[in-house]
Amino acid sequence: MLIMQSIQEKADQIVKELNQFDDWLDKYQYIIDKGKELPTAGLEIKIDENLISGCQSKVWLTSEYRDGRVYFKGESDALITRGLVSMVIQVYSGCTPDEILSFEPKFIEQAGLSQHLSPTRNNGLLSMIKQIKLYALAWKIRNNPSTLKK
Amino acid sequence: MKLDVDALRNDFPILQQRVYGKPLIYLDNAATTQKPREVIQAITNFYEQLNSNVHRGNHYLSAKATDTMEQARNDIASFIHAPNSEEIIFTHGTTESINLVAYGFAKSLLQPDDEIIISALEHHSNLVPWQQVCLQKGAHLKVIPLDDTGQIRFDAFQNLISDRTRLIALAHVSNVLGTILPIEKVIKIAHQNGIPVLIDGAQAVQHLPVDVSQLDCDFYAFSGHKIYGPMGIGILYAKSSWLQKLPPFQFGGEMIDIVSFEKTIFSDIPFKFEAGTPNAEGVIGLAAALNYLNRIGLDNIFDYENELFHYALNVLSQINGVHIVGNAQKRCSVISFLIDHIHPYDSGTLLDQFGIAVRSGNHCAQPLMNVLDVPGTVRASLSFYNTREEIDALASAIEKVKNFFL
Repeated sequence: MLIMQSIQEKADQIVKELNQFDDWLDKYQYIIDKGKELPTAGLEIKIDENLISGCQSKVWLTSEYRDGRVYFKGESDALITRGLVSMVIQVYSGCTPDEILSFEPKFIEQAGLSQHLSPTRNNGLLSMIKQIKLYALAWKIRNNPSTLKK
Repeated sequence: MKLDVDALRNDFPILQQRVYGKPLIYLDNAATTQKPREVIQAITNFYEQLNSNVHRGNHYLSAKATDTMEQARNDIASFIHAPNSEEIIFTHGTTESINLVAYGFAKSLLQPDDEIIISALEHHSNLVPWQQVCLQKGAHLKVIPLDDTGQIRFDAFQNLISDRTRLIALAHVSNVLGTILPIEKVIKIAHQNGIPVLIDGAQAVQHLPVDVSQLDCDFYAFSGHKIYGPMGIGILYAKSSWLQKLPPFQFGGEMIDIVSFEKTIFSDIPFKFEAGTPNAEGVIGLAAALNYLNRIGLDNIFDYENELFHYALNVLSQINGVHIVGNAQKRCSVISFLIDHIHPYDSGTLLDQFGIAVRSGNHCAQPLMNVLDVPGTVRASLSFYNTREEIDALASAIEKVKNFFL
């Protein structure tokens, strides 16, 4: 049986990998290669309903819920952004809604991504994480409506 | 006279800086221009020596600050050849200047089924206000289409004019394509039909001679920060006959003559449109910028920029795989381009790492991106402090970006 990495371990892994580069070109090459690892989600997810609005490149994100865990699929029209989508999905996919909701995404800063990739509207990295948390919250409520009752 | 660009660059402290360990190459001048030391000094001087509320106190400082600000109004009026300085209204920027006119039209001039004409290349700030006003009043927005070069289709424009057209609002220069619109011809035809014209000069006033008297436009809007002045100050030039006709945009102090609890008599122009304490440092900083430009000589600046623009067009268009978006006969300062198979966001991100500041994205002109059928563009926009060496550096960085994504 596969040993599941925790969300923190997966984030630490990203941080470790991104911090191994001295040259920023190598770092971007790594991010782009990460994008290539992302399975092609296909045209069906590229619909406006799944679009996270960003100023410069488009990101589409969907989620599925299986056995108490949330799985994400994503796409982008830009290669660097696709790499970011891939990394974010690697961290969050396969976690429970509670894990996703309580996890602080410090890995972005630790991996030097906020320094090179502005966290504002440029790449939508933070919008992506916000959307992931919204999906997690939606699955949590759908499966346990009583969480809404205080 | 040729410009001594190396000497002029020393007037801009920010240009001396390095980013990611590389010399900064600033090619995002259409977004905002850098500020010469004189402008920064004028703002500092204001707070060190003049600060007090204008038009209010009868004490020494207030009178001096008021005089300085009103002198700045005169300087700004002369810069664009406005006949009277009372036709210069201080706003926050081009966006607010346009909103002021849009509000006035909606409030007192626009009727259901009236029409407003804009073009397909407008910045959102000269599109959304008119669209919203039309929605609010049941009026219709008519859009002049573009030809293949990125110029407005004049024949189509003439066909759009009707007896319901109440205003034509057009950019002087496109912020995406650099196209210089034939506004002289537009204004002439519009006036023959009794229609006023508003010109969005945000991308023009720093690159072309602008003479509002000669143009005979009814409104001309621009921003201070795009012409080497501070952020947060904008100008609306409007013919005084229009300013008399339009209602105030905002209400409060400074714009009133007599107030009782029952009614208010508003001040004369320009003050009727300047409610509240004005951005005096911005006004004074803007005048300092215009005086700086006048001293270098506008002709010298524009000649140099024109030469550099054509040099850049030539260099970039020779790069294999680079496509310049738009090729109107008359263009200035702005070059939008795409690199084959590379998303503009990807190229912009890498160019930044080479120390080159360009903008990538839709440039606040989403409808234009749809017309052009592109996801966005990379935009290099020039100023007189840019050099041929910087253009060469951009070209060589583009080659590196291409190799990276091979």
